[in-house]
Amino acid sequence: MSAAWEVVIGLEIHTQLATKSKIFSGASTAYGAEPNTQACLIDLGYPGVLPVLNEEVVRMACKFGLAVNATVAPRSVFARKNYFYPDLPKGYQISQYELPIVEHGELFITDGEGNEKRIGITRAHLEEDAGKSVHEGLDRYSGIDLNRAGTPLLEIVSEPDLRSAKEAVAYMRKIHTIVRYLGISDGNMQEGSFRCDANVSVRPRGDEVLGTRTEIKNLNSFRFVERAINFEIERQIDVLEDGGEVVQETRLYDSGRDETRSMRSKEEANDYRYFPDPDLLPVEISEAFIDGVRETLPELPDDKRRRFVDDYGVKQDDAAILTVSRALADYFEEASASADAQAQVVANWVIGDLSGALNKEGLEIEACRIPAEDLAGLINRIQDNTISGKIAKEVFEAMWAGEGTADAVIEARGLKQITDSSAIEAIVDKVVADNPGQAAEYRAGKEKLIGFFVGQVMKETGGKANPGQVNEVLRAKLKEGGQ
Amino acid sequence: MSLDKDQVQHIAMLARLRVADDEIAETVDKLSRIVDFVDQLSQADTTAVVPMAHPLDAAQRLRPDAVTEPDERDEAQKNAPALSDGFYLVPKVIE
Amino acid sequence: MSSKDLHTQGLMQLAEGLENGDFTAVELVTALLDRIQAHDGELNAFITVTADAALQAAKRSDELRRKGDGGVLNGLPLVHKDIFCTRGVLTTCGSRMLENFVSPYDATVVGRMADAGAVMLGKTNMDEFAMGSSNETSYFGPVKNPWDLACSPGGSSGGSAASVAARISPAATGTDTGGSIRQPAALTGTTGLKPTYGRVSRYGMVAFASSLDQAGVITRSAEDAALLLGVMAGFDARDSTSIDHPVPDYLAGLGRPLKGLRVGIVRQHFDAGLDEETGSAVREALSVLEAQGASLTEVDLPNLDLSVPTYYVVAPAECSSNLSRFDGVRFGHRAENPEDLLDLYCRSRGEGFGAEVKRRILTGTYVLSAGYYDAYYLKAQQVRQLIADDFRKAFADVDVIAGPTAPSPAFRLGDKTDDPITMYLNDIYTIGANLAGLPGISIPCGFASELPVGLHLVGPHFGEEQILRTAHQYQLLTDWHTRCPEGYA
Repeated sequence: MSAAWEVVIGLEIHTQLATKSKIFSGASTAYGAEPNTQACLIDLGYPGVLPVLNEEVVRMACKFGLAVNATVAPRSVFARKNYFYPDLPKGYQISQYELPIVEHGELFITDGEGNEKRIGITRAHLEEDAGKSVHEGLDRYSGIDLNRAGTPLLEIVSEPDLRSAKEAVAYMRKIHTIVRYLGISDGNMQEGSFRCDANVSVRPRGDEVLGTRTEIKNLNSFRFVERAINFEIERQIDVLEDGGEVVQETRLYDSGRDETRSMRSKEEANDYRYFPDPDLLPVEISEAFIDGVRETLPELPDDKRRRFVDDYGVKQDDAAILTVSRALADYFEEASASADAQAQVVANWVIGDLSGALNKEGLEIEACRIPAEDLAGLINRIQDNTISGKIAKEVFEAMWAGEGTADAVIEARGLKQITDSSAIEAIVDKVVADNPGQAAEYRAGKEKLIGFFVGQVMKETGGKANPGQVNEVLRAKLKEGGQ
Repeated sequence: MSLDKDQVQHIAMLARLRVADDEIAETVDKLSRIVDFVDQLSQADTTAVVPMAHPLDAAQRLRPDAVTEPDERDEAQKNAPALSDGFYLVPKVIE
Repeated sequence: MSSKDLHTQGLMQLAEGLENGDFTAVELVTALLDRIQAHDGELNAFITVTADAALQAAKRSDELRRKGDGGVLNGLPLVHKDIFCTRGVLTTCGSRMLENFVSPYDATVVGRMADAGAVMLGKTNMDEFAMGSSNETSYFGPVKNPWDLACSPGGSSGGSAASVAARISPAATGTDTGGSIRQPAALTGTTGLKPTYGRVSRYGMVAFASSLDQAGVITRSAEDAALLLGVMAGFDARDSTSIDHPVPDYLAGLGRPLKGLRVGIVRQHFDAGLDEETGSAVREALSVLEAQGASLTEVDLPNLDLSVPTYYVVAPAECSSNLSRFDGVRFGHRAENPEDLLDLYCRSRGEGFGAEVKRRILTGTYVLSAGYYDAYYLKAQQVRQLIADDFRKAFADVDVIAGPTAPSPAFRLGDKTDDPITMYLNDIYTIGANLAGLPGISIPCGFASELPVGLHLVGPHFGEEQILRTAHQYQLLTDWHTRCPEGYA
């Protein structure tokens, strides 16, 4: 990317709220049901039906507002956004327009240089999701499934404060972390619970005026966000450097071709004819309600990260990883509480072997096969020299495979470390005696042969000898033999 | 005439209403009369008047988050003009 | 009472007769179904007659009564405007769009009436989607006024009004967005009540203009209206705009004499535009109220002349959005062999809606569209506030505002179809109550050109008791409400 251009990005993140029922009806929001079995008459926009607002949706929006240091509006208004589309049953989407429920928020990301950067959140408003269209297997038709219609969405709109695709991703990850911490969304991107539109423009560095922007619709993974934005930046710069003009339009990211393309079908000038929805009254939120919600707020990721560094002495970067999800952080804290080791050791296990095992199987921490207390048990066996760090890996794998606690695995597999020094000495003596040549070479100054001897001793003991102890005894014995 | 044919066609497109060629002249004429009639509103002095969206001064009531609507697909789809495997059908939408 | 004159009785008398065992619900319903057979050919008041279901329901109510059970309306027949969703029964809204639409659910009003024991005889004809003041916009043809078959019964609840006026049904439901209960009541010599906005649930009423629509009744007397309102009114968790306000015993309040009642007369109501004979009948009625001890005070509604243009921005705006759901996909008319999605939409809607509905959708789309919103929609909402303020100020000094319901008696079918504005101005006296959300009632108060004239009474928010009592006290001293059109006695 040319240094002559500055990139300006704003994101509109749509996050489905994890309610049991829909925003304006009592139909279930569960994912994956047979088509149209969770679209009640209200979701279908049947003649005569009316919307009634779900209290939990208001509570969740309020939680989000407080978490990003925003203003929760004492009065917000639902409006109708009018347009025709088959997945939009009423011919209008109930959304918030002039008076959203949340305004003027902020959060902090780490920018390219490792500095904290404030990103403004213009607003977050409530709206209903649309249904889905299916285009395959129905001949000349598209099939409409309205199960998703009416699922509550919180649309979070950032200020155009983001300056690169990486920052956009960092911001999106941060929002993702926050909504999951708050328990207001499952953040499941495969199921479309968390997706975003990116507004991208470029301008000559130093210019005040924003360039013409394009909007990339419906990005549903962090990777796609980064790629789509980068593609779009390059495309816009190419257009401008060739003396052309960027057209304000909606574009779609094609992940197969890794490119964005114009959505011609949406080119017809949109005129949404917003007006206040006469079926719904203004939403009034009292101070008392907000105070009640505030009391239920969990510790937020930034605070948790700071605490992990300050109270546990965990490294900054590790603390950031551990606090990406509330469940992971909880796991770490639980394991630390039971472990007789430094928290950093626990952190290493959680970030290392445990996360590795989870990733390998594509599991979330919630589905972890080893309870936190058991991981602590394993760490404790290393700490008290029952097993070596190397044996610990084997024990971990056995635990992961469901063979029980560290103690049970150690017992069943006979992995208890040999710490009896007379036993080790006897083995060392045997190994030295069996390899007189190497012993002589060692004594002659080829000290790296110590590794060979350690290996031999470990082989003899099936890896159960304490490596530190073996090392110590070996050096002493080899020295002795030389005298 | 306060409206012309093109304006009416544009509005009709926004409203997804087909206005047949033989209806267009009359539609333009009647709509223009309606628009001229409601133009009287411009005479009213509404400085600092709060727009009234609702006849009653009340706040939105909230319902508890509970699943209360059963699956009524079969009943609801009896009115549907075109169906396949539980989907409502529309002419193929190309994205 | 012989079963031959059951049709002449109002709800209160019928309830008494049923209770005394003078006749059964089955006899009553049979007699009225016969009346439909005999008269609906000329009146066209019904879109659907639910004879079998009505007889079954009547049978059930007779059984309940034998056991000493049944609600307050047990066995009482009524008809529903075809804008109310009725489970398993055609609900057309007077439109080709819903010609074959069978509702899978009951409107709250329908459910409450049925729960109280009322027996539905059928669904009444109406202006398409309630958009009209003459019943001429119905896809199923206009309803005729029993007082003169060449005349309109008014609209949009024309079928309901005609069926009550013609002694086919003792009562009917209706909806009123700008006068659609009160104006046809006035034009057919019946009693028509539009309650306070939010008093009766809108759930299951096909929406025309959500911030104006309100369900009500057309009956033969204020007393019957009070009986039905007690059943219909009250909070409904399915309607966000329904108000949780206690429902008084409307019947109990009717007996209070009018002494001390402060009646406001609107100066602007008697300006040019009011038919002379109609004006005299209304003035005469006011003097009756005065004779009963009410005091008459002049009140000012300075923005009244803006109520019709305000309405014709607000109502079309809301309707343009409310009617977007009729797209030929999930229910309703669908054009044949659409070329593509756009064609499906444009033709389904173009074919399914009639001319007046299309005009309103287009008007509404226009006033909400980019560049016009502020000048029309926002401006209308501000003027609406001014009009509501006028009423607030007036009700500081008076208990009830009285005047004509419509500027003239029933007009001939076809007379006002050429110019939409002429038709719209028919609602000039009634629209204000919808804009401000106030309750209003029209009661018969005389004749002009041998056609009925309505007296319009408007109360403050939740002032139904006041207007019902005023109407009832007036009806105790007059017999206009008992007059029956020739040929329907």
